[in-house]
Amino acid sequence: MAKTHVTMKVNGAEVEGLVEPRTLLVHFIRENLQMTGTHIGCDTTHCGACTVDLNGMSEKSCTMFAVQAAGADITTIEGMANPDGTLSALQEGFRMMHGLQCGFCTPGMILRAHRLLKENANPTEEEIRFGIAGNLCRCTGYQNIVKAIQYAAAKINGVEFQEAAE
Amino acid sequence: MIPGQFSYHRPASLAEAVNLLATLEDARPLAGGHSLIPMMKLRLATPENLIDLHGIDALKGVRRDGGNIIIGAMTTRHELLASDIIATALPVLQETSLVIADPQVRYMGTVGGNVANGDPGNDMPALMMTLGAIYNVEGKGGARSIAATDFYQGAYFTALEPGEILTSISIAAPPAGHGYAYEKLKRKIGDYATAAAAVVLTMSGGKVAACRIGLTNLSETALLAVAAAQAVIGTSLDDAALKAAAAAAEAIMSPAGDGRGPPEYRRYVGGVMVTRALQRAAQRAK
Repeated sequence: MAKTHVTMKVNGAEVEGLVEPRTLLVHFIRENLQMTGTHIGCDTTHCGACTVDLNGMSEKSCTMFAVQAAGADITTIEGMANPDGTLSALQEGFRMMHGLQCGFCTPGMILRAHRLLKENANPTEEEIRFGIAGNLCRCTGYQNIVKAIQYAAAKINGVEFQEAAE
Repeated sequence: MIPGQFSYHRPASLAEAVNLLATLEDARPLAGGHSLIPMMKLRLATPENLIDLHGIDALKGVRRDGGNIIIGAMTTRHELLASDIIATALPVLQETSLVIADPQVRYMGTVGGNVANGDPGNDMPALMMTLGAIYNVEGKGGARSIAATDFYQGAYFTALEPGEILTSISIAAPPAGHGYAYEKLKRKIGDYATAAAAVVLTMSGGKVAACRIGLTNLSETALLAVAAAQAVIGTSLDDAALKAAAAAAEAIMSPAGDGRGPPEYRRYVGGVMVTRALQRAAQRAK
């Protein structure tokens, strides 16, 4: 099958590659671009581990062909740190609030939370839980992931993070 | 899982897309892809040609046309949730969109794909039947319109002819002050309905003046529960009317037994969804 030349912007850099039409975006990112932070969990559009930010939307990159992303502006976990290399508010939140155990779901969680906080800078706990409903975590029970996102929201909004009483 | 090989086409106009569908072997349109791509990964769908509709601007967006709301087939659930026109005229579409799938899928999944796929588990078909929606389709032979109530013939079988593309959905805006509800029982977020019911009604002097009821995933296709709606018109939605409506709705259900429960359970909770949707719609009506 003839390959198609695609270009797109990933984490601010122009990238290109030759792909078969059937190449999924997640495979292009992991195999062509060698950025393996974007994970493949279920491979069936359920778990959200492959979530990337694409043109201002959270997308499951296992359910889109790379040719469809031609010309897109994509952010992956490799692009989430601050420009000086320090942890971004969300990354710091996951670290400080113990928002991960095995860490497999974390890249997708952080990319989804990134778009959630862009759309709603000060979400309630319920809005956070509803907003990350497309991302599955089998370790944490979500409690600390919610706290991590609340921590990041507080930091981004310049207020002190108050952990809710349990 | 990697899909079988295919050729990818991204037409910039509807005419080009219709022509490609008519002339290419084994061609399928690709909308949001969140039903088709998983099927291709499982190799349950193996089209030779995919016609990606994302490049066709004419298929996108929501607009008013007199008393009708026109929704482009490629409008996503996320766009429906952000639309002021939908929030004002058809809030039930937003309530329903929020119980479909998860945020990532709502960014991509389209209204057109949801209604045209003919999947009995999809939520929009029953709602479109309840709203009396008209589907506008276009093929090599020209354009035509099909009522949502005439569209569904069986699981994954619809009135869409090979080579035809759903282009838009027209819905006559319900009267101001109408009541609405979409009640969906599901095991978890993102699941298909165990049972779901859509209700749109108007109240006058404490009595139901007009009412339509739709049912999701309780038969091979979405259903319009005509007798159930008749059972509440003219009543104040007292217990007897609610019981009669639930019984009339249950009488036309024929759910399959699956992981969501045996048929008897799904029929029973289908009646419960009808009751709850009627009550909530009536509370909202002005």
